[in-house]
This record gives sequence, C-alpha cells and structure tokens, in this order.
Amino acid sequence: MTPLLEVSGVSKRFGGLLAVSDVSFSLGEREILGLIGPNGAGKTTLFNVVNGVYKGDKGTVKFAGEDITKCSPNQVVHLGLARTHQIVKPLQDMTVLENVTVGACFGREYLALKPARNVALEVLERVGLAKSAEMSARSLTIAGKKRLEVARALAARPKLLLLDEVLAGLNPTEITHMIGIVRDIRDGGISVFMIEHVMQAIMSLSDRIVVLSFGQKLAEGKPEEVARDPQVIEAYLGDPDIAEKLKENN
Amino acid sequence: MILRRPVFWLILVFAALMAFIPFHANDVSMREDLILVALAVILASNLNLMIGYTGYVNFGHIVFYGLGGYVGLYLATVRNWNLVLAALAAGLVVSLFALALGMGILRLRGAYFALATIGVLLAVQSFVANFDPWGRSTGMYVDFSAYQRLGGARHALWMTYFLVIGVMALSMILSLGIKISKFGLGLFAIREDEDAAVVLGVNTTVFKAIIYSVSAFLPAVAGALMFYKNGMIDPSIAFEFMLSLEGIVMLMLGGKGTVVGAALGGGLYEKLRSYLLTSPKLSNFQLVIAGALLLLVVLFAPGGLIGWLYRLVPRARKVIE
Repeated sequence: MTPLLEVSGVSKRFGGLLAVSDVSFSLGEREILGLIGPNGAGKTTLFNVVNGVYKGDKGTVKFAGEDITKCSPNQVVHLGLARTHQIVKPLQDMTVLENVTVGACFGREYLALKPARNVALEVLERVGLAKSAEMSARSLTIAGKKRLEVARALAARPKLLLLDEVLAGLNPTEITHMIGIVRDIRDGGISVFMIEHVMQAIMSLSDRIVVLSFGQKLAEGKPEEVARDPQVIEAYLGDPDIAEKLKENN
Repeated sequence: MILRRPVFWLILVFAALMAFIPFHANDVSMREDLILVALAVILASNLNLMIGYTGYVNFGHIVFYGLGGYVGLYLATVRNWNLVLAALAAGLVVSLFALALGMGILRLRGAYFALATIGVLLAVQSFVANFDPWGRSTGMYVDFSAYQRLGGARHALWMTYFLVIGVMALSMILSLGIKISKFGLGLFAIREDEDAAVVLGVNTTVFKAIIYSVSAFLPAVAGALMFYKNGMIDPSIAFEFMLSLEGIVMLMLGGKGTVVGAALGGGLYEKLRSYLLTSPKLSNFQLVIAGALLLLVVLFAPGGLIGWLYRLVPRARKVIE
C-alpha cells in the first residue's frame, strides 16, 4: 500500500541557514505521526514545505499518490491536506461560524455556501465551540482560537491534518479536551501529522514519532523507542552523559 | 437569495424615488444635484468592493471612471456608436484593462499596493494627455448634433440621468450580491488575513484580480455616461486625484464593508460638498472639511455611520447590510 504522505529528501535553505536538510519520512492512512525537536529545529518550516507555503529547494512531497511539491497552499487544501497554525490566525472581524464556513467553502469539497454552513455547524459541535458560533473570532480565548484553527481545518474535510502546536499555551483541562479532539479526528478516519512540545501528550497520542534537530532527521520510530534514543535525549538536554545517567537510574 | 434581503428592495425603492421625483417635478436643477449624488454612490460602492470587502486601499479608483469616459466618448462621438452600447463597451474595456493590471500590482500588499494605485493613476493620466486619437491635453468634445440623434438635448439629458440612476442601483445590488455570496466570503477572508485565506483554500490571486476588475466596470460605465452628458472630457477632469481621495472619505464616513454605508456616505458627502462649494463664504473649503471628517471618522468611529449604528443596535447588522 502506498503511504498517504511521502516526503523524500526535502531541504529548505534561508540564506546561510539550512532550516531543513534532506528529510525523508512517510505517513500512512489513519496514522498519527508526531514531529518533535528542540526550538528552531525546523519543524514548522517542514510543515510549510509540505503544505506549499514554502517551496522546498530539494526533494519531493507526494500526497495521496500525487506530486504536490510545486503546489500552492490553496491547491493542497483541495486535494485534502489541511493545517492549523502555531501562531493562530483567526479572521478577527468575522464570526466563529463564518471562519469555519470559509474552511468548508474552499476545502476539499469546495461546497456552496449553504451546505458549507451545515458542515461548519457540525464541526463546531465536534470541537466544542457550538455555543460561540455567533461570537466574533476576536473575542475568543487563546484556547478557543486554537480550537477554531482545528475546526476550520476540519471543515475542509481533509484526508490529512497538519496540527502545529495545538496544545501550546493551554491549561491541563484544555489539553485533555484537545487530546480528545485529536483522537476523535483520527477515529473519524483522518490521518494526523502533529508538531508538539507537550511530551506526555505527544507520546501518548502518536503511533510513530519523527525527531528533528538542526534541520536533520535524528530518529524515527515508536514513541517509547524514540524516548530511549540517546541521540534524542542529547538533542533535548545537550549532554550525552545525562542520557547515560538516566538509563542507569531506570 | 438576494430577493429575500430587505436591503435589495430598499435599493430599488431608493433608485425609483431618485428617478421619479425630479422628473415628476420637471426640476432640472434638482436633477443635476441628484446625478452628482448618484455618481458619488457609484464611486463609493465600487471602491467599497476593494477597500471594504477585500482590504486593499485603492487611491487611484478614479482612473476607471476617467478611462470609461474616454473610451465611451470616443466610441459614441468618433465612431458614432449608440450611447448605451458605447458605455457598456467602455465598462468592458476598462474591466479588462483592470484585470491585466491587477494581475501585476495585486502582488503588492498594504501601503505598497496603495502607492502603486497612485502610480497607475498618474501614468494613465500622462499617457492620455499625450495620446493623439483622444485629443491629447485638450481632450474631446461631444458635437451638439450628437444629442439630436437622441431626440434633442433635453431628452438626452433626462435619458442619461435615468441611465446613471440605473448604474447606481446596479452598483448597490452588485455590492449586496457579492456580500452574500461565497465569492464575498472569500474576499472577507482575504481582508482579515490573506495568508490564512490561502491556507484555507482561497485562490487569493484570482479572487483579488477578479474583484479589482469588477470594481472597475460600473464606474467606467458611469464615466462614459457622465462625460457624454457634460459634453466634454480632458485629462485633468477625467483623472482628478482629489475625487479619488474624496471617494475614500465617503466610504469611511458611511461605513466601509457595508452596502448601505457606502451609499449613505457617498450621498451625504456629496450633499455636504455641493453646499460648501456653492456657499459664498466657504467656497473651496470642502477639502479642509473632507480632511477633518476623515480624521474624525478614523479616530472615533472607524466603522463609519453604519458601524456606529451596529454598535448601538447590534441587531441592525442582520437587516442593514
């Protein structure tokens, strides 16, 4: 079976900085793939190359059998690849419902206004924003805006969802709620590729994890394998001896 | 459905009254007043499609009006076309021009786009001022015999008046139609956050180019009719930068992004301006007032009159669009 997303040998350079260097991995149907790494490792840049915000300098990105390396972000959405932003981008002066309707209108199914509204209402129910539907997006809390990002992306009826730090800045109750939403998304048949810093969450959610450091893929595997990898621990803690000590303690 | 919107019927009633009252009273000076009001509403409404709906400030919107006037007058006088056909052709030609132009300058954002629109206005004005077929800087005149073909000057003037009122009604209906459509939703998304709009699937390049072109059509038609009515055109009156700026004042005054606001601002500002221009003490003072008005609106009521109404009566948002 061909994987849903196949990234091979992707590099992206900004002037003298090699933000992403020769990264390859793949993601299957109904899989949750985690992407972790220290700050500045190139995680968001990799997302941006995958969904076409940036054009990679090298390598190819294939989605559902199609080469999307040169696609623009709006074309990628029509194929079924939606994303959220780490720094939320609500359409401030529009209502929550209108925000999500935009996602449904211009998503994979390119719905007309009326069916798009219905999809939007259904998605808002799913992420727990139904009560705020008529509020302006500006007035939502940060947790609300993160949910709005997810709702808008979901309304596009994607096959694959890229989640960029949807848990950052949330309190423990909100995190539990959001983890529930992500599980629910996968159970609905959508694959998820997510960047996260909240380790417990990503370890429990992901089927597999890719670790990025200084733009390079450091490790890839099941969460427990990755967590034990000395190279990964070194990248996070900056000292290989700590890894050894941690092992001894275990 | 647009027919279910109260504002749609309001527009029709408003336009019908504007057409009927001066005709019924056979009041020529009222007609000349109202045709300027109608023109202000046309310019403000179409400018609203760019500024209010899409979030792109066009300082050179008047270029469409002037070019429409030139193309229309050229076709109607030199080529002897029927006036209505000439005006429609002017609209079409100018829209195509805007489409081609838009593909280029709409890559720019924010202040850079605004600067480019001023550049376009100045460039077109200089070009026309040196273009032989259009009479260079002396412009073109409508030969008096042209009005004879329309059944005499009196008849021709009333006819252009009704046509301009029709273009005004169409401008408002177009604004309403776009506002309640999927296309409009995409434009609003661009206005709020263009990067987010792309990621949500909106083809922003195409949307922006289309709306820029659409916002050129009716002003160009109006230009053809107005300059035909006036009987002459030259580069300085066709491409008056001040009128472009005043269009922005009208829009901000009434409330950008709303159908009624654009029309209200256009109408009110034009009434105010004609009062100031004709009052012996305040003559040529209208730009001072315009500047002060713009400052006050931007500082204290950024949503204009309609935005202020929305704040007082939030439910008005559902009815007054």
